[in-house]
Amino acid sequence: MTRQPQLLLGKVRSLNPLTIVSTQSHRGFVTTALITATLADLLAGKQATMANSMERGELHNKTIDYKLEREERVQRRINNLKDTRPMTPNYEGHIPLYTTEKVLLFAISGIRSFFHPENGLNIVQLGEATAWPMFLESLKRTMLSDPTGRRILRDRPNVTTQQLEMDHLAEYPEGTFGYQFYKWCKRENVSPDTRAPVSYIDDPLHAYIFKRYRQCHDFYHALNDMPIVIEGEITVKALEAANMGVPMATLGAILAPLRLKPIQRKRLYDMYLPWAARTGFTCKPLINVYWEEVLAMDCNELRKELGITLPPDLRNMRTERREKIHRLNLKYKKLKEESNFA
Amino acid sequence: MVSTTHFGSKIVPVDQKAKLVGHVFSSVASKYDIMNDIMSLGIHRLWKDHFINKLDPGMRPGSTEPMNFLDVAGGSGDIAFGILDYAKAKFGDVKSTMDIVDINPDMLKEGERRALDQGRYFEDPRVRFMVQDGETLADIESNSKDVYTVSFGIRNFTNIPKGLETAHRVLKPGGIFYCLEFSKIENPLMDMAYQQWAKALPVFGSIVANDYNSYQYLVESIERFPDQETFKKMIQDAGFQAAGYESLSSGICAIHWGIKA
Repeated sequence: MTRQPQLLLGKVRSLNPLTIVSTQSHRGFVTTALITATLADLLAGKQATMANSMERGELHNKTIDYKLEREERVQRRINNLKDTRPMTPNYEGHIPLYTTEKVLLFAISGIRSFFHPENGLNIVQLGEATAWPMFLESLKRTMLSDPTGRRILRDRPNVTTQQLEMDHLAEYPEGTFGYQFYKWCKRENVSPDTRAPVSYIDDPLHAYIFKRYRQCHDFYHALNDMPIVIEGEITVKALEAANMGVPMATLGAILAPLRLKPIQRKRLYDMYLPWAARTGFTCKPLINVYWEEVLAMDCNELRKELGITLPPDLRNMRTERREKIHRLNLKYKKLKEESNFA
Repeated sequence: MVSTTHFGSKIVPVDQKAKLVGHVFSSVASKYDIMNDIMSLGIHRLWKDHFINKLDPGMRPGSTEPMNFLDVAGGSGDIAFGILDYAKAKFGDVKSTMDIVDINPDMLKEGERRALDQGRYFEDPRVRFMVQDGETLADIESNSKDVYTVSFGIRNFTNIPKGLETAHRVLKPGGIFYCLEFSKIENPLMDMAYQQWAKALPVFGSIVANDYNSYQYLVESIERFPDQETFKKMIQDAGFQAAGYESLSSGICAIHWGIKA
């Protein structure tokens, strides 16, 4: 029997090393050919498809309104582009997200916030990504169980420079909260307008509550005389976490100190975080304070009513430490110069 | 009855469109390059390189008269600087002038800033940065330009035929109108992939750049722009001869040209 060279495709039936062609693998060959032909047609078969449509009389057909077809095609594609969101927006500026997109938002903003917490945008996005419905519901219940909280939800006040009338606050008597807030804003060089709008929270009431929380952050700073340096921010966040259970504040209070200098960490762990936890857990829910109405109230009275005692002054501590280091440096500079002269 | 036009998928009064488009570009001006890179996955640089190489711009050696280029809606400056660099590298042309115009001062400022940072074409008598509306080009004289380039800008014009007529006006006889713009994708597979990408893009823009609306406007304005043949016809209607086009990346964008008789 003469052995002829045969090309082998598909299943090997023969152990004969000279077998190159197999007559038993048509299936493999046909499938491969079909796939290749389809792909080739889709990728590079423009002339073939045009020839087909020419034969069918679809090309240069005088009875087809090409302009209308084009416009319909454009309209269809635009409609396709428009319904990409899981639901219609529930409020102005609402961007609904799918669950996978929310996870992506959490991951990206989390990583960015860790490396660049000074960039407000990252914190804002992380805050919204972690503002889960469970937390917002519990905050809503806190607000609804208090008469002032209920009034806030009814009135929906918006904290802007214009509504607060910042210029008038300068004229308030010295010990009032309004004057304290004005002084604090001027010292830290911020204004109440710097709060970003809420976009990713789905329920409109939850979105308002979160907006209110975001806008009141500066009031907490001013009430406790915390500067906007990173330590001050962590302290206020810890206060918010203890008082309201804000997930992002909790995350921040736990993770953010890890990136600080040892002396800052020591100050936080020894003094400010315990103070924040103590105060936050024992004082009244800060979300229920109608800040616009307590502007005329005396600061100490307000603090007593809420159950807050002031922490050690952070700014003073930092300044004192800076001065001590400066004196140390001067002393050793002089010593070195003297020893050189010796 | 106020006449209306399209702003992406919204219908707006005509006089408002320019302002709305202006807002889009002001908010993205500083991140425009990043946005382009994200949208086209960096391929826009290849397209722009091909655009310039195909044009082969520059005053030829032995020629006495320098060329006058005009780059419209080219605020960020990449095509304009690319043309001048090419002319200098290939023909040793250091005399041709370039006018970079854009309707949005923020974009123009970005371009001039880039010139300053790169150390060339800043406060250069050859290069002028002007704020102009592409539909009127009020400060550009008629019959004064050899080449009119517009790259990814003409789809934002409120009135494209008017823009084409203005281009015809400012070009010298024999001048070239040269346009790079998104167009109709001819390959069905690529088209499906693009549509998914276009759906995901505004969310990416929202998460990464905090700007959902600008990206939504951009993908819608790409859809609204006419396809290759229709735009070629519009160029011919404006009075240009020898109009033609070349599709790039199977139709994602296309270079259109026309010559003023």
